[in-house]
Amino acid sequence: MVKEVSPLEIERNVGNFAYPETHTHDAGVGLTEKTIHYISDIKEDPDWVREFRLNAYKTFLSKPMPTHWASKDLEAIVFDNIRYYLSAGTQPKRNWEDVPDDVKRTFERLGIPEQERKFLAGVEAQFDSEAVYSNIKKAVGEQGVIFVGSAEGLKNHPEIFRKWFGKVIPTGDNKFSALNSAVFSGGSFIYVPPGVKVKHPLQAYFRINAENFGQFERTLIICDEGSELTYMEGCTAPKFNTATLHSAVVELVALKGAKLQYITVQNWSANVFNLVTKRGIAHEDAEVKWIDCNIGSRLTMKYPGVIMKGRRARGEVLSIALAGDGQHQDTGAKMVHAADETTSNIISKSISIGKGRATYRGLVHIPKHLKNCKNNTECDALLINSTSRTDTYPAITVRGTGNSVQHEASVSQVSAEQIFYMQQRGLTEAQAMSLSVNGFVNDLVRQFPMEYSVELKRLIELEMEGSVG
Amino acid sequence: MNRLSISNLRVSIAEQEIIRGLSLAVPKGEVHAIMGPNGSGKSTLAKVLAGHPDYKVTMGEVLMDGEDILGLAPDERARKGLFLAFQYPSEIPGVTIANFLRAAVQARLPEGEELEATDYYARLYEKMDLLEMDRSFTSRSVNEGFSGGEKKRNEILQLAMLEPKYAVLDETDSGLDIDALKVVANGVNSMRGPNRGILVITHYQRLLDYIVPDHVHVMVQGRIVRSGGKELALELEEKGYEGYDEVKDEVSEPAMV
Ligand SMILES: Nc1ncnc2c1ncn2[C@@H]1O[C@H](COP(=O)(O)OP(=O)(O)O)[C@@H](O)[C@H]1O
Ligand SMILES: [Mg+2]
Repeated sequence: MVKEVSPLEIERNVGNFAYPETHTHDAGVGLTEKTIHYISDIKEDPDWVREFRLNAYKTFLSKPMPTHWASKDLEAIVFDNIRYYLSAGTQPKRNWEDVPDDVKRTFERLGIPEQERKFLAGVEAQFDSEAVYSNIKKAVGEQGVIFVGSAEGLKNHPEIFRKWFGKVIPTGDNKFSALNSAVFSGGSFIYVPPGVKVKHPLQAYFRINAENFGQFERTLIICDEGSELTYMEGCTAPKFNTATLHSAVVELVALKGAKLQYITVQNWSANVFNLVTKRGIAHEDAEVKWIDCNIGSRLTMKYPGVIMKGRRARGEVLSIALAGDGQHQDTGAKMVHAADETTSNIISKSISIGKGRATYRGLVHIPKHLKNCKNNTECDALLINSTSRTDTYPAITVRGTGNSVQHEASVSQVSAEQIFYMQQRGLTEAQAMSLSVNGFVNDLVRQFPMEYSVELKRLIELEMEGSVG
Repeated sequence: MNRLSISNLRVSIAEQEIIRGLSLAVPKGEVHAIMGPNGSGKSTLAKVLAGHPDYKVTMGEVLMDGEDILGLAPDERARKGLFLAFQYPSEIPGVTIANFLRAAVQARLPEGEELEATDYYARLYEKMDLLEMDRSFTSRSVNEGFSGGEKKRNEILQLAMLEPKYAVLDETDSGLDIDALKVVANGVNSMRGPNRGILVITHYQRLLDYIVPDHVHVMVQGRIVRSGGKELALELEEKGYEGYDEVKDEVSEPAMV
């Protein structure tokens, strides 16, 4: 029987389990215009959305794979072999009791209902293409906060949705944002009214259960003037032998004086291509902060960005990437300064294990006409084995007067002597490794909300256990 | 049975033999000292006992309370009660002393048993007081940016917290001024007792004024060439290691205790 697992308890196979598929809607294998019509029909899209998808499909076809600058491994994605839409219905349930048993068991095993009770203001749980559960605490809803799936958002709140949808990240931003725009399904739509400070985090959990599948959720969050929100997302998938694709688009808007924090802790299995586009716009005095923890996947390409559009806007990316043996974490940050006195901060820590590879790509842009902008970039890499690899590609263009940038990078290696020293104190090799890794990320993790630092520490322990003998 | 016993041990690294037929036994309740010139293989012996993977044992055995430990991983030996205070302790960036020791103490508990935080801190503070260590040490990263003396003190703090059956202290006196030396010696002396055997490695006799050994062994070129009581340390202090070079060639059988 399924064992109930507390989120704080060590469970060796965190995400590595799957239940038989019971989908009633299946777009089949491969991607054509017909696939898009199928998705639009099922979702009862308004015409403008169908149009948007079809245009995006054309853009997707016209864009080359970014293999010229990124990994050649992208060539292993065969778009014709992927299934683009799978669901057992399009309406999420408001009560866990109403969620089908097998799906509910999946989320119980991942500890989601328990976390909701403990510390969340609302939860959305997506299973393959659609949210199966979505609920916001009554008190939070009564403040006017909207927290629904993207489909419900575009249908029931078009006046807010349409204004921002596809504006932060245009369809043609890259091949995968175009793909997402063509076939998107699921994801969250959130609106926080002016001045409302949501005390507890809202959380979404994305679960891939099916093989050969592509998950393309689309999230749009708007924090109106002076509001505050923390949003957290978790992701897992079982380990299949075939490639699975996760390609999300996340757009954030922080209006004047708003504070928006977006936290990701993903723990993908080693067959997942995770190619995600995430960007936020920070208006005057607003702050957008990405906390991004990438564990697992075969290849992750993700560079959360902030466009600082208003005076004194702040952008921040704090990221941790753990590249296990045979994995490639190609991550980084983009900071686009577009107003005076804007400040950005990037702290990136990566760990490479075995033949794992971590790549940092940064982009910091401060144009000539701006004054008194600041950027701080720190990237630290830790190599566990002599076969581990790390590369850094910082691209910093700063012009203008009174603008300053600071850039620091370091590479260190866990030494055999260090491990021996810890083993001499009674720690196993895996415990010693995970302690070193936790020590390496410690000062960064301390800035994360408690629940997530505990979760992250646990995932690092699991990863290290798995990578040592 | 109740001893750490090394017999006829031979150890090489990079094709070079460093320990060349060494025998020695440290019974519980006793403090033994190994003295010897630089490069005689003292640290090699210490690390081999602890299971350092770089060294190759080509012959001999090491028994801890009758059990052969040479086949055990370093952490298994440690959990069975062997402790090494390193001559050059490693730095572990980002890991605080409190968290490190906590993990080490936790590793010794039976599975499923959680260390009680308040008890742990009470004990930690008690040992720190004994070693005259400031409380702020608990939140510093292990050995990172420590002076030589602080590192040695930290080793003895770990010894006191982990309460091993057998402790090997490698050059614990180096880097200590005389006041610190007294404090550290006091810490070690507080660990003496009928249930613990201690092997002190040093090349100065200074430490042995404060940690008075029951037996002293002289190690030269990978062998014990002479053993005696504590007065042997004084003799070495006076005469140095000269003359032992010749002795070594006469010793066909390793000295036994
Ligand atoms: N890792 C090593 N590689 C090669 N030679 C070593 C290594 N460790 C120790 N040695 C050699 O072994 C000998 C003994 O060293 P050591 O055990 O450190 O002596 P001691 O502690 O008595 O000063 C020295 O000649 C030293 O150069
Ligand atoms: Mg030495």
